[in-house]
Amino acid sequence: MGVPFGYVLALAGIVIALGMICATARRNLIMILLGVEVMLNGASIAFIAAALRWQQLEGQAFVLFIIAIAAAEVSLGLALIVYLYHRTGSLDPEHYNMLKK
Amino acid sequence: MTLFNSLFFAIAALIVASTGLAITRRNLVHAVIYLIFGFFGSALLFYLFGAPFLAALMVIIYAGAIMILFLFIIMMLRVESPEERLFPARQLWPAVLSAAAYVVIGGLLLVNDPSAGVVLAAARTEPAEFGTYIFQSSWLAVEIASLLLLVALIGALLVGKRPVKEGEE
Repeated sequence: MGVPFGYVLALAGIVIALGMICATARRNLIMILLGVEVMLNGASIAFIAAALRWQQLEGQAFVLFIIAIAAAEVSLGLALIVYLYHRTGSLDPEHYNMLKK
Repeated sequence: MTLFNSLFFAIAALIVASTGLAITRRNLVHAVIYLIFGFFGSALLFYLFGAPFLAALMVIIYAGAIMILFLFIIMMLRVESPEERLFPARQLWPAVLSAAAYVVIGGLLLVNDPSAGVVLAAARTEPAEFGTYIFQSSWLAVEIASLLLLVALIGALLVGKRPVKEGEE
């Protein structure tokens, strides 16, 4: 009856690992931001499972704040990406080398 | 295998598959759409784990607002990245190595954790109960989060203005 807690933690860990690969290996600022979102999603899954495991509401409250902070982070991050795109005409982090020239 | 278990495994497979597809897409729009399905999967998981309010928030805010914001930006910038080599080896190796080390260490921790086998009992938090809890025990954090959103709004407005041309600075 029910799922063992370790399985849910393993799922959260896999999702965070996928987000980590996306944030480090892709060469597009939008994909890097998406990777951060995926990692936050994995953390939320772990928090919800922990809330159920210990029958405490703190875990769910934390997920509410994770969602709020993700919204703030994405709006600011996308504004910065648009600014950088207008400034340099590229989304590849390799092209941001103005100081080298 | 009970219904709860089979639902959990189906949803877990959905989340991992759609996230894995999302991070390997070359086309950004496809990646975002796959990720929306991943967030729907986690909303289902939240509902299964007894958090219906957070499941609704996940659909409304994550899948509905944040991902659509990504779509807007992608379509506004019209970025074409045919030259982007997916996962260049120079960047892939550090990513895979760090992710593999993380998975190995996490797996060892899980295997050796005596409480990892504890079976989750089904429970359900009504939205009214959750709201009362939030505003009774962490009202200050709610205020700080709302202030943070305001600061992010102002920051995005400032940053999002057209950049000054070179030489005018």
